[in-house]
Amino acid sequence: MAERTYRGHVGIGGAVTGIALVARDDFSARYDLDRVRGVFARPGHALYGERYVGRILVLNTAKGGVATSWMLREMASRDMAPAALLLNSTNPIMAQGAAFAALPFMDRFQVDITTAIHSGERVTVDPQAGLVTVHGA
Amino acid sequence: MLAGALGEPRRIAIEQQLQVGRVFDAQDFVPVAQAHVMADTESLGETGVTWLESLAAHPREQRRVRVPTITDPRGLDPCTYRKVGQTEAWAALEQRAIDALRALGILMTDTCINYQTVAPPVMGEHLAMGDTGVVIYSNSVCGARSNFEGGPAAVTAALTGRTPRYGLHLDRHRRGTHLFELRWRPRHLSDWGALGGIVGRAAGSYWAVPVIAGVIGAPTTDQLKHFGAALASYGSVPLFHMPGVTPEAPDVAACFDGPPPAPRAVGEADVRAFYDGFGRHADGVDVVVFAAPQLSVYELSELACLLEGRRVHADTTLLVATSPENKAAADRMGLTATIEAAGGIVMKGVCFYQMHAREMGEVKGWRRLLTNSAKLANIISGYGYAPVLADMAACVDAAVAGRY
Repeated sequence: MAERTYRGHVGIGGAVTGIALVARDDFSARYDLDRVRGVFARPGHALYGERYVGRILVLNTAKGGVATSWMLREMASRDMAPAALLLNSTNPIMAQGAAFAALPFMDRFQVDITTAIHSGERVTVDPQAGLVTVHGA
Repeated sequence: MLAGALGEPRRIAIEQQLQVGRVFDAQDFVPVAQAHVMADTESLGETGVTWLESLAAHPREQRRVRVPTITDPRGLDPCTYRKVGQTEAWAALEQRAIDALRALGILMTDTCINYQTVAPPVMGEHLAMGDTGVVIYSNSVCGARSNFEGGPAAVTAALTGRTPRYGLHLDRHRRGTHLFELRWRPRHLSDWGALGGIVGRAAGSYWAVPVIAGVIGAPTTDQLKHFGAALASYGSVPLFHMPGVTPEAPDVAACFDGPPPAPRAVGEADVRAFYDGFGRHADGVDVVVFAAPQLSVYELSELACLLEGRRVHADTTLLVATSPENKAAADRMGLTATIEAAGGIVMKGVCFYQMHAREMGEVKGWRRLLTNSAKLANIISGYGYAPVLADMAACVDAAVAGRY
């Protein structure tokens, strides 16, 4: 399968390559995750039970409380964070948290990124260039 | 600052703020009048505490905040933590966080209702507030201007005295985007919370500004508090307008650029369906929680009145969270004594979901939870609880009966 590239807004952090975990659902580190075990823990979340550690996490939008901005760095310090976070749209909390954690982060793509990328595909995220490359499964 | 001439803490702070400003295309910074730091130890973890300590290790003139800076609820109340199954290790981590925050010159108010208890924001004032409930109340009810500033972001704003000018600091992000027509007057605080949940689910974005028309008469500060907290929690929404009630909304037309969108009606049936979505706990209630946001003195008074002369069921725990100032007031007014005589536990400077709720639940065997806070009902299922929403009087009756 040919490579596909998607352009988004310039984001935060350095370039990273990993395997995508994708859903058309929203994201809050405090509300949705069991951060100790590294899985989605809120019943009803589209990724309930899925392990997110080391994945390129692709979701719709940021929601919920402000705690996420501390939590991303705390998760990263234990090697229990996603490799990168891609959202269709963000709120300030997620951007602040990514800056604090030095977690690669991008949003506002030319397409719906949750349908453009499929779980299991290998993806390179380059936030400073505002570019995402999908290498295929 | 960026060159480090004002010290490492301010250099770190401005560097992070520039990154965030770039994501949101901020043209410059805006000075802020207050900052409010969400820094409970559950979300800080060892990593966050160590970061605060690294800032606090710098010389006094380099580490002190530049504007009045206050704190959101903490992870643990030193007076009650053993009763709710919290550990000495958490207490020790909490103390380290407090010491570091104090060294930065931050005032330990430990409250998410600072707009009721510390210093109400002023129309047009630029702020860097943490806690989504504080932000939405400050923006909507007071007419002040703040984005959601997460803990690290509020600390950086406190250190630099400014924040990137984007989002809610700009007029264009304060205009109405959705119109709701209220067809029913909510009565209980939990009704207002349910309404906030309904509007939040429908609006559903940080960049949405719901306008709620049809509100007859001014809601109370506690009603607006529960409405806003639930709206922010369900929808990540930082601002609403209520024509005839909130300061930037003299009427519906004034809320929108151009003609208002078609309204979505919200009535009693919608609110009933919202409650019904949580079900009941007919087989027993483990814990009844009054928190999120912390209770005002009026709420504490109402709760004490409902509990007076009654006794919480032996298999049920009744928890109340309020600010340190309100706890002192409740002590002085005899409200704490009444609640405690009925078997309730009044905690100060904390909020239930910010105090290791998952681990507390595991230690105390709490799963079936009843609350009058729609915000808490929304959050707490992610911590292994089965929440049910009911009004304050029904919650008290259930606490006494041991079931709902």
